[in-house]
Amino acid sequence: MTEPVDPRSDEIRARQRSRSIVMAIALAAFAVLMFAITIARMGLKP
Amino acid sequence: MTTLTLPHQADLPTDWRDFVALTKPRVMALVVFTGLCGLLAAPGWIHPVLGFTAVLCIALGGGAAGALNQWYEADIDALMKRTADRPIPAGRMDPQSALHFGVGLAALSVLLMGLALNWLAAAILAVSILFYVFVYTIWLKRRTPQNIVIGGAAGAFPPLIGWAAVTGDVTALPLLLFAIIFLWTPPHFWALSLFVRSDYAAAGVPMLPVVAGPAATRRQIMVYTLVMGAAAVSPWALGLAGPVYGVTALVLSLGFLGLAAAVAANRATDPAGMQPERRLFAFSVFYLFALFAALVLDRWLLA
Repeated sequence: MTEPVDPRSDEIRARQRSRSIVMAIALAAFAVLMFAITIARMGLKP
Repeated sequence: MTTLTLPHQADLPTDWRDFVALTKPRVMALVVFTGLCGLLAAPGWIHPVLGFTAVLCIALGGGAAGALNQWYEADIDALMKRTADRPIPAGRMDPQSALHFGVGLAALSVLLMGLALNWLAAAILAVSILFYVFVYTIWLKRRTPQNIVIGGAAGAFPPLIGWAAVTGDVTALPLLLFAIIFLWTPPHFWALSLFVRSDYAAAGVPMLPVVAGPAATRRQIMVYTLVMGAAAVSPWALGLAGPVYGVTALVLSLGFLGLAAAVAANRATDPAGMQPERRLFAFSVFYLFALFAALVLDRWLLA
């Protein structure tokens, strides 16, 4: 017995993967920005 | 069940590029530029990181407004060739994703602006998003041929927000910058809508050239150009900007007026005969960029 395989499962995985990568980059950039804003608001020159 | 009519891609995860397309990146370029100019023209110093954050928030807020606009307008977008390939009408994104994305982005941009800069800038940003979505998209766009005038008001907020992000207040000059973009939008957009044979009529959107005809549209372009020119020169006349800005604004506005006069004199109803409209549209984009660049240059040369 084999389970029915969605013929588009490769495409689905590829899209999930690229979305995860974009999300990771966006979150990392947001964390860096938050740090930079904190330093700037404390009045320290970078 | 109506789900059977959904395009076959509907159950694929939406490509991330479609979320970017939802934010109308080309509109964002203008929003970022005018917001940045408002920020640079404001008196006082701002930390570059905070300046960057302010412009980012303006861009994200504009993107949120674009996403919410596309969420609400999917029905009419589907009826027009220019917009039928947007993510929602094309079936590549489910409407609720667009709604959540838009609301999330709007909340993020306003909160970040409030926490990193100040709450006046955040409040104006919130008002501009709400105005674009509720007053323009939902309320007036489908009801009045002056819809684009109302939409122009939403696009006129960025320099005001950029200014408020630096100074924490709003004075006469940023209000004049608001007025200039507000008055610039109708001639800019109506010139385009004259020579682009669009299908607004099919979608039931009362665009001025569709409802009132080319002659009335050309007259209105002229009227708005006259008032816009006066607004563009007024910062100099009132002593709020120097001669670099003043002379640039005067020359650019006279050029705009000359092209608008050529449009007013044109009688063509076929897009093939609408060279004056094409020229006015192309010049209008250059006009706004040059005018705001001159304002920044003016302030930095004087300082």
